[in-house]
Amino acid sequence: MTDSSEQSNRIPAALEVEDLKVDFLVRGIPRRVLRGVSFTVAPGESYGLVGESGCGKSTTAYAALGLLAENGRVAGGRAAIAGREVTSLSTEDLQKVRRDDVSMVYQDPGAALNPTLRIGVQVAECFTLLGASKAEAVERAYEALRRVRISDPRGVMERYPHQLSGGMQQRVVIAMALANDPKLLVLDEPTTGLDATVEAEVLDLVESLRADTGAAVLLIAHNLGVIRRMCDRVGVMYAGSVVEQGAAAEVFDNPSHPYTVGLLRALPRHGARKAHRRLETIPGFLPQIGEELPACVFVERCPLATEICRSTVPPVVEVGTGGGGFVRCHHTDRVPGLRAVAAASGDGSASGASGEPILQLRDVNVTFRQNRKEIHALVGIELDLRGGETLGLVGESGSGKTTLAKAILGIQPADPGSQVILDGTALEPSTKDRSQLARRAIQIVFQNPDSALNRGHSVRSILGRALAKLAGITGVDAEQHLDQLITHVRLTPRHLDLKPRQLSGGLKQRVAIGRAFAGGPRIVVCDEPTSALDVSVQAAILNLLADLQRNERSSYVFISHDLGVVRYLSDRIAVLYLGRLMEVGPAEVVFNGPHHPYTEALLSAVPSVDGAPESRIRLEGEVPSAANPPSGCVFQTRCPRKLGDICESTAPPLVEVEPGHQMACHIPIEQLRALQLAEPGAA
Amino acid sequence: MLVYVIRRVALALVTLLLLSLIIFAIANVLPQNVGRAILGPFAAPEAVAELNRQLGTDQPLVNQYLRLLKGIVTFDFGTSYQTGQPVRDVVTTTLVNSSKLAVLALLLTIPLGLVGGVFAALRKGRLADRVIVTLGLAGSAIPEFVTSTFLIFLLGLKLNVLPVLATWPEGSGVGTQIYYLLLPALSLVLVYFGYIARMARAGTISALESDYTRTATMKGMSRAAVLRRHVLRNALLPTISVIATQTGYLFGGLLAVELIFNVNGLGRLMVTAAKAKDLPVLSAGVLVIGVIYMVATLLADLLISWLNPRIRLGATS
Ligand SMILES: Nc1ncnc2c1ncn2[C@@H]1O[C@H](COP(=O)(O)OP(=O)(O)OP(=O)(O)O)[C@@H](O)[C@H]1O
Ligand code: SF4
Ligand code: SF4
Ligand SMILES: [Mg+2]
Repeated sequence: MTDSSEQSNRIPAALEVEDLKVDFLVRGIPRRVLRGVSFTVAPGESYGLVGESGCGKSTTAYAALGLLAENGRVAGGRAAIAGREVTSLSTEDLQKVRRDDVSMVYQDPGAALNPTLRIGVQVAECFTLLGASKAEAVERAYEALRRVRISDPRGVMERYPHQLSGGMQQRVVIAMALANDPKLLVLDEPTTGLDATVEAEVLDLVESLRADTGAAVLLIAHNLGVIRRMCDRVGVMYAGSVVEQGAAAEVFDNPSHPYTVGLLRALPRHGARKAHRRLETIPGFLPQIGEELPACVFVERCPLATEICRSTVPPVVEVGTGGGGFVRCHHTDRVPGLRAVAAASGDGSASGASGEPILQLRDVNVTFRQNRKEIHALVGIELDLRGGETLGLVGESGSGKTTLAKAILGIQPADPGSQVILDGTALEPSTKDRSQLARRAIQIVFQNPDSALNRGHSVRSILGRALAKLAGITGVDAEQHLDQLITHVRLTPRHLDLKPRQLSGGLKQRVAIGRAFAGGPRIVVCDEPTSALDVSVQAAILNLLADLQRNERSSYVFISHDLGVVRYLSDRIAVLYLGRLMEVGPAEVVFNGPHHPYTEALLSAVPSVDGAPESRIRLEGEVPSAANPPSGCVFQTRCPRKLGDICESTAPPLVEVEPGHQMACHIPIEQLRALQLAEPGAA
Repeated sequence: MLVYVIRRVALALVTLLLLSLIIFAIANVLPQNVGRAILGPFAAPEAVAELNRQLGTDQPLVNQYLRLLKGIVTFDFGTSYQTGQPVRDVVTTTLVNSSKLAVLALLLTIPLGLVGGVFAALRKGRLADRVIVTLGLAGSAIPEFVTSTFLIFLLGLKLNVLPVLATWPEGSGVGTQIYYLLLPALSLVLVYFGYIARMARAGTISALESDYTRTATMKGMSRAAVLRRHVLRNALLPTISVIATQTGYLFGGLLAVELIFNVNGLGRLMVTAAKAKDLPVLSAGVLVIGVIYMVATLLADLLISWLNPRIRLGATS
């Protein structure tokens, strides 16, 4: 139905999905998950699917590949890969299609590889299946691994999956996926578990290989920036149907469906800061699977909904200039108004950070011992945190962000000689030696609220206990404080009697935040608090954190790999690499530059939903081992701006290069400014 | 890998030492006066003292323990109080008989359990799965003497196809011995099939649902090849340790079956030894069962580590 190019009438589409309906049998009852999904991926085209978790993106892909879970069944419609009807193929023919025409890459590359077989065996297997002899297959496996630019392919072939980093594992999976020169490559969240720098490399790789092979791509990602960067066209899914489709640039710059507008408004983009505006949220929740839905699936959460939206199925309205663009909505004419409102909202209240540092870190080191080797996880960290301020911590995985958070909390005591100073008094390194008062003053919110919340208890008892333990409030007072607390974290009394498993991820995170705030903490450490959440839920949690900070004047140490999120919430940013501080400064300065070469590379790795011009700075290779750090500047092995010998011999000290802006690099700041202006892109 | 093996063997030796301490405690320390415990309250004090002297239980505890350790190393536990035969001979004869029974039972249970479990996993939720799961559960929940009696009744008396007593004629060949041991072995199979099948089923299901299985399927492999190359090895890793544990239990749990079918085995020996307060035989028996259990788990751990590269190559984290 969306075929636009005349060409695809002759060559069959790489993937054609038409009115696909899928049910899952849950306790014997079929529940509808896909409610008529239609889209077409032309040969060589790259098509993206976006939408909140649970909207049916993966189910669409699996159904199209005949890989539905045991309890799933196609209840209607069809899917064809390269002209072959998957939904009605025999097992043997399906095997043939999978062998010859289509490949798939999943989110977790570690799980996608067989843990008990060597990499070489697993890759070679693809070629034996295609008819190569054993020796031939091994040679072609080597070629395949070279093609995905893995270093030392021969060595890698001898290794087992657990001996490779996540990025290398994903390269192996991609090498296997490309073995059959597929007509269609399906990627389901291929970079979600990876660092931004590794993500950038993997995306580059997919892009260049696609150019080589001419494979069509179906890319599923919740990160809109990734989709914008990789895809020609995009389909926005909601509750098991595609509500909008169009050229990626058009959909993201000029969304025509209220849901798409909501998704985009929830993102902290264009360098948004908490002081400038609140983030928009989409009220309500995705409907349950199998739920009877009104005529328009989005009506319960749509700001434009009217009577007709409940009674009449919205028409498919053509939009966009490229052809093939459509939106399912009665009131597309009113959507531009919605976009305008979004731009105008904002409260402009200024950050309340005050000058006095409440937390000072002086020469904080953390050393782990493993097999008689010393691993320096943190080296000489010097940082201040002021009252009411958010300090953002960024850096690749393994850079020491979480270790620093733990050292502040005392869960991972810092080495002797390190000083963690709260309000002018040095704290004991370990939580258990700290006073009740000191423990109460520093709290944490984790990425996964489940680990922080006792599953057996109700919200009332979780928060009640926190009030008793952290604030010493019990008895009649407790009831009143509990009411206050839940109002602060935007929960309602009806949530109090529920158990964590009865709550959605966003609600659970609110309870976890409530728990952390029960004792009126001075400092709250947030370790990736929104990473497991959908954008609209993330927006609500970020708003909540900003509000609480404004009202309670608490300080945050905020860790996130999402730089847009860090930028939104942070007043100052600290950049870590291999356990050392590379750069510290006000958020705007760190983001706008001139930045440290490492920060520059981090920033340029992030794909933007706004399609900003990309800089070509890429970090090559792996993060070196902390047990054996490079000499001189630790970033020296990967630094795109490395000067030469001095970087290898002498570690640059962290010095103040501008007021409030510290950096550890041999290149003078003026020179960095000039270099980065000449080759813009990042900020 | 080598470090792991050394550590694992060392652990086994430490366990052995602990076991010897426990046996020592039970046999020599708990009954404060061993001679009296054996001879009963009405024996003459002189006889008790004489027996204690013979047994060495009048010596300091340390000496007694050292003697036990020496006994363990040389497999010399003195003579049976009951028969006066060397304990070594008594235990060896019965151990051989028990081993025949146990090995036969294992040879039947392991393949049946594995095949049953894998098959159930492939038919998850369907009739065959339910039957296998229910059978396994029932088998392991019902006590041995009930299943044995049932089998005796069905196969021995009603259908009359198998001998109900495992007392084969002197000097019979392997075939005949197996024929006589089949009924007791089958009752053991009924008990242990469930454990193994359950583990094999769970392991297979999780391997079937894993991403690497999906990867293999997406390569265009046939289902049989996917199972053979990717599912089974990962599925059966956890089952191996269950089998090892079961081997230990099997030896410990032979008792009822040996009594019912009149097998002259270790279990029966220990019951009679316990009745007669024949401490040397009893401690030797416990020790042998303990050692078998330890060796079985040791072998299983080594096998698993060899099959699982994560352990073999000493993953650091
Ligand atoms: N085997 C299953 N049985 C029952 N329900 C299922 C099954 N698989 C998926 N679902 C449900 O179907 C819906 C769609 O799931 P799907 O995995 O396709 O979503 P998604 O868009 O890929 O989400 P995410 O972004 O979280 O990966 C969800 O509500 C999910 O809980
Ligand atoms: S049809 Fe109505 S409810 Fe549905 S998206 Fe459009 S305006 Fe909203
Ligand atoms: S000191 Fe040298 S290697 Fe280190 S960041 Fe600066 S230029 Fe790069
Ligand atoms: Mg998914």
